[in-house]
Amino acid sequence: MNQQITQLSESDRPGSRWRFALPLGLFVALLVVLFFGLVHSPKKGVIISPLVGKAAPQFSIPNLVSGAPPVSNASLRGHWSVVNVWGSWCVACRDEHSTLLMIKQQGVVPIIGIDWNDTPANANNWLQQLGNPYQQVGEDADGHVAIDWGVSAAPESFLINPQGVIVYKEVGEITPDDWREQFLARINAAPGTGPPPATGGSG
Amino acid sequence: MHSSRCSHLRALVSAALLIGVLWVGQAWAVDVTPPLPTPQLQQRYLALTHELRCVQCQDESLADSEVDLAGQMRLEVHDLLLKGMTDQQVKDYLVSRYGEFILFKPRFDWRNAWLWGAPAFLMLVGLLAGWRIIAGRRRLVDQDPEEPLDDTLDEHWTS
Amino acid sequence: MVVELGHYALILAMLLCAAQAVFGLAGPALGRERWIAAAPSAACGQFVFTALAVGVLIHAFISNDFSVAYVADNSNSALPLFYRVTAMWGAHEGSILLWIFVLSVWTMAVVARLRYLPTEFGARVLGVLGVLSFGFLLFTLATSSPFTRLFPTPADGASLNPLLQDPAFAVHPPVLYTGYVGFSVSFAFACAAMIEGRRDQLWARWMRPWTVMAWAFLACGIALGSWWAYYELGWGGYWSWDPVENVSFMPWLVGTALLHSLIVTEKRGLFKSWTLLLALAAFSLSLLGTFIVRAGLLISVHSFAADPARGIFILGFLIVVVGGALLLYTLRAPRMASNAGFDLVSRESFLLFNNILLVIAAAVVLAGTLAPDIAGALHLGTLSVGAPYFAPSFMVPVLPLLALLSVGIHARWKRGGLSHAKRVIFTTLICALVIGLPLALAVYGHPFSLAPVGAVLGIWIVLSSLVDPIDRLRRRLTLSASLVGMTVAHIGLGVFVLGITFVSSYSIERDVAMKPGQVAMVGDYAFRYEGVHDISGPNFTAVQGTVTVTHDGKFVATLHPEKRQFYVQGTEQTTAAIAPALHRDLLASLGDDVGKGAWSLRLQYRPMIRFVWIGGVIMALGGMLAVFGRRQRVPATVPEAVPLAVTRRTPA
Repeated sequence: MNQQITQLSESDRPGSRWRFALPLGLFVALLVVLFFGLVHSPKKGVIISPLVGKAAPQFSIPNLVSGAPPVSNASLRGHWSVVNVWGSWCVACRDEHSTLLMIKQQGVVPIIGIDWNDTPANANNWLQQLGNPYQQVGEDADGHVAIDWGVSAAPESFLINPQGVIVYKEVGEITPDDWREQFLARINAAPGTGPPPATGGSG
Repeated sequence: MHSSRCSHLRALVSAALLIGVLWVGQAWAVDVTPPLPTPQLQQRYLALTHELRCVQCQDESLADSEVDLAGQMRLEVHDLLLKGMTDQQVKDYLVSRYGEFILFKPRFDWRNAWLWGAPAFLMLVGLLAGWRIIAGRRRLVDQDPEEPLDDTLDEHWTS
Repeated sequence: MVVELGHYALILAMLLCAAQAVFGLAGPALGRERWIAAAPSAACGQFVFTALAVGVLIHAFISNDFSVAYVADNSNSALPLFYRVTAMWGAHEGSILLWIFVLSVWTMAVVARLRYLPTEFGARVLGVLGVLSFGFLLFTLATSSPFTRLFPTPADGASLNPLLQDPAFAVHPPVLYTGYVGFSVSFAFACAAMIEGRRDQLWARWMRPWTVMAWAFLACGIALGSWWAYYELGWGGYWSWDPVENVSFMPWLVGTALLHSLIVTEKRGLFKSWTLLLALAAFSLSLLGTFIVRAGLLISVHSFAADPARGIFILGFLIVVVGGALLLYTLRAPRMASNAGFDLVSRESFLLFNNILLVIAAAVVLAGTLAPDIAGALHLGTLSVGAPYFAPSFMVPVLPLLALLSVGIHARWKRGGLSHAKRVIFTTLICALVIGLPLALAVYGHPFSLAPVGAVLGIWIVLSSLVDPIDRLRRRLTLSASLVGMTVAHIGLGVFVLGITFVSSYSIERDVAMKPGQVAMVGDYAFRYEGVHDISGPNFTAVQGTVTVTHDGKFVATLHPEKRQFYVQGTEQTTAAIAPALHRDLLASLGDDVGKGAWSLRLQYRPMIRFVWIGGVIMALGGMLAVFGRRQRVPATVPEAVPLAVTRRTPA
């Protein structure tokens, strides 16, 4: 082979061999991203709510009990509370129901229900059959409030502090473990937590 | 702000509008979402529902999804537009509730600059690389003894 | 007992893969001829036992053996026999087995063509394929065996996802996998060339038909998938830039770049290391796609159940296979330098830019697909990337690519330039303008958007592709198979571009609530809703609507959109009714009963959507013509031993 031409060839020039390692470098970078993507996604598709740490959205909706005053932010002020979004059409809500009843039994916080995309008849039926864990239930038939609270599927629950700020959001059903580790732990850790207004039996 | 990017959508929208506006008559169908008063609003409604993601199905736009929540969110967009919100205000509101996850079209901001800049950046790198390779090869063209025939595309297959 | 047989068959197949890998790779390295000779036998054994395992699984489905967990999860005794068979690849475990089976079929195809390769090179190719098969079989046996028993045995199965109970699903995954996995052959050829430390470009000639075939299958598979989504998902979408669609599209784009760069490498000895890299990339992207889908890394309607253990395994496999190949590339590619030169205006430059633009297009898709994960890993918050990002970004490299094609197709090698083709280029461009602009503006009618550009480019591509073959016919020259294949594939691309342009620019959709007797106008078409009634199918009941479509008072079609309720899953599925025609599709799908006798309906007009799939199939046909139409080559090793039988097979 012609010596002169060989010298002109790009890859034989000193310092140009590194470009053959470039694909390997890119691949390693991609792997790092994939690895972190895999590790940092325990619950894929669960949206971290931007509302956590912010004041609970304003709302005022008709009470499920006809004639009773509307359900609104007034019910959340001055004490810890849990807002639970549910619907009688929701399968996971049925599984969650026993936990909600247990929470009511403990009497640490009142649960405010938002009955989403539902009819009062179906909702009342459900509560009569399964028991009523809620202090109050508001009717959100057209989803305005659910959307304002950033709800993407039922059930979802919000823990709200006495200042009316959302401190935690549970997507999907609350299990007894979730209740202890995510809800109770936060309530107990807060300084100067007074006893909530008694609504159920003592826990 | 960047609506010029989806001009094909505009074509679609205005086509839909023409039909929506021109036809008034006897036993006509009713559009499912109550129609917005002006063509501009209707156009913005259609564009917005294509750029927002249905959060429940997680892979479809609001416009294409049949789940209940998507219907409620379409209605929400409709109502917010009626209230006089701008497109940006509607998006900001939904982002404040659901996070940027809800935007099928990532925002133009510094955090997404790498994504939106990727096509232009890659084109630049590609053109530079192509230019350098060609410049190098042009220098070799006179020393290269091979004179390839041109209508020999067949040669490589039939030899 | 039969089911356990399948499990043992898989274990045996895995052991034979190990043998195939060791004999194939170590044989040539240590110069042991008997090892080299043993590699093809191990490959045959591997194929037999994999096929046996597939047969056993299908048998379990046909005989409703619900003691097998996979069968119980994906089949049901009420499921029609045909779908019980296709249910075999209805979920993760079975589709991975299908993947392995397809890989063993490709391996057998290589074995059948071994005599056209140097013995040592062929053995190395089989060795690399053996490593891949071994990895996938180990993955199946370790994390996702389809033969796991269930105790106690359920009385009946959970049945197949209704979306998958469709004839297109019988064809789509096998064809798509054939394409995906076919790139493993290109990958193996590239690795074998690098292991041998070759400096020549013969490997490019050997690799090319395999690449074209895999590419054609992948094109077909993607087109089938798009068509399936269109009529099955109920709402008339044919491409949504869903992550799973994207991961099948990226290997195709890189594969397209590969088969163009192979031409330059084979013909001019140029871009050798680049071609090798593309061969590695095409298959690596197929693997990446598998990883993304199987590990549930990305959110998608198609996602198989997420399982971190599987994800970690595939990640490890990816590191070994792709990392190993790229390391080999780092060490061996510098040897592939060439001293060939070419001018700015030459076929080489045009193909170079074809490659650059195709790779940019693939990179844009990759960036958008991984963006949510990149943002997550860098703690930049949650992010969604959908069609509003992909569609315009993809256009950035693709529009210049389409425009360059119609010019570059006439360019000559080295310094031949384009001066000879000036007239042809301008004539075809003017013809394209004369046909395309009126079509886009007058027939369909809206002066904005990219529609006129797309229409002109599509027609220009078709016309430019026809120039060379027509010229050769006029000069009474023969048309080679590769020229015919290339022409057909480029015409397919033009048809595809026309389809995409018109369907994305001029579609009309309308959501309406209708009572019987009411009429809705969609474009010039009047959709009259007649009412709904109940019907029942083999494993579902449905509400069926009737919609009559007229155009200028003339009857066009009767549409029967359905809303199906499947017994077993209790899931509901919307099935759109479609009145297809070459120039437009009309769709009606049923929404909900909105009360007072009215139903909500989505009515759509989709112009020229058939061109999208027809274009894809024509492209694939072009590839098949190029591969199967050519004359048989002289075997590379034993030139005089084998008679030159001219075998002509019909394209698949």
